[in-house]
Amino acid sequence: MLLQQAPPVAPRTLPDERAARRTLLGQVARLEEELAQLFCSIWPRKGFTLGVAGRGGPRLLSLAELEELRDDLAACVAHARKALSDRTYSEEQYRRLIEEMLLDPAAYKWVRVANEDIGEPGCKHWHVRPRWSFIGMLMGWWRVVISSGCPLAA
Amino acid sequence: MIDLKLDEGWVEAELAGDFPELGLVHAPVDAKPRKTPREVKQRLRALADRYTGGKVIHMRQDAVPWAYRVFSRQVGIDPDTDRTPVERIALERLRHGGMESHNLVDDALTIAIAETGVPVFALDSDKVVGELGLRQARSGEELAGVRPLSVGQLVAADELRPVALLLGDEVAHDAGVTWGTRRMTLCALRVKGVPPISVEEALWMAAETLYT
Repeated sequence: MLLQQAPPVAPRTLPDERAARRTLLGQVARLEEELAQLFCSIWPRKGFTLGVAGRGGPRLLSLAELEELRDDLAACVAHARKALSDRTYSEEQYRRLIEEMLLDPAAYKWVRVANEDIGEPGCKHWHVRPRWSFIGMLMGWWRVVISSGCPLAA
Repeated sequence: MIDLKLDEGWVEAELAGDFPELGLVHAPVDAKPRKTPREVKQRLRALADRYTGGKVIHMRQDAVPWAYRVFSRQVGIDPDTDRTPVERIALERLRHGGMESHNLVDDALTIAIAETGVPVFALDSDKVVGELGLRQARSGEELAGVRPLSVGQLVAADELRPVALLLGDEVAHDAGVTWGTRRMTLCALRVKGVPPISVEEALWMAAETLYT
């Protein structure tokens, strides 16, 4: 039996976007909160990009623009979280290195670790150097010298 | 004790649909602009001393500044480029090593914003026509003396024209406070996540400073 297909009916009312918009606005708020938390966790480390471009506001964004903004924020949060995770892993390795340097300086001759390497502000650094210069080098008297801080501004 | 009469401004339906808690609270103040008295300058200095780098960095996690950051983002502003008023003040404080005094009105607004995190601006009451509220800019409108507006930009407006861009730092020249102003209207923007008492406190603080 041949069934006749009914012609498509044009919708008489536009779908209400409000619920979708509210959901997206809520997601944007949560992602912005995560970004703020990440920003505070990252500080004072350098080399991170947390920027998500503006959309020419202040204005009401369309549904598509809100979706795009949400996606950009989500990508930015994911990227920043991964970068921070990588950085903190490397910082942990440097912290371990400092402990090992302190335990056995002779095994880490001339190794230098800066505060920046362990994610801390300031110019302090740990440097394995020989005691009494050449005499110490010849005698194998190595020690970890901890710098006193940043040089004075010129 | 100052007796402030707070009024809730209207909000355009489309705007209220997306942001049900958005509001413009305003209050008339019988004060004229004048030079900043010594006590207010001292207060600005004390306020500046409380701002440190760490505090500014963590400011974006505090409830009220965060709420305005979120609102900025939701309306298409990048809050790291176009800072919210409180972050703008905090950043200026770090750059200049203090809070510069300009005149009593600007200083009162700075104190109110920095203390509460709520954006506050002042208008000349005699130049405001009818009720104040929030709406989208219409075709051909401009922020007088400041810049033209594109259709849909979010503005604070009276019954005739836009008087300020939302979260902006400038007020239309034909509605702003001048040395000839005799009465002012203080306006504060309220967004989701900001308790009404913070908005009230911001207006109260600005008015109290103006009456110093």
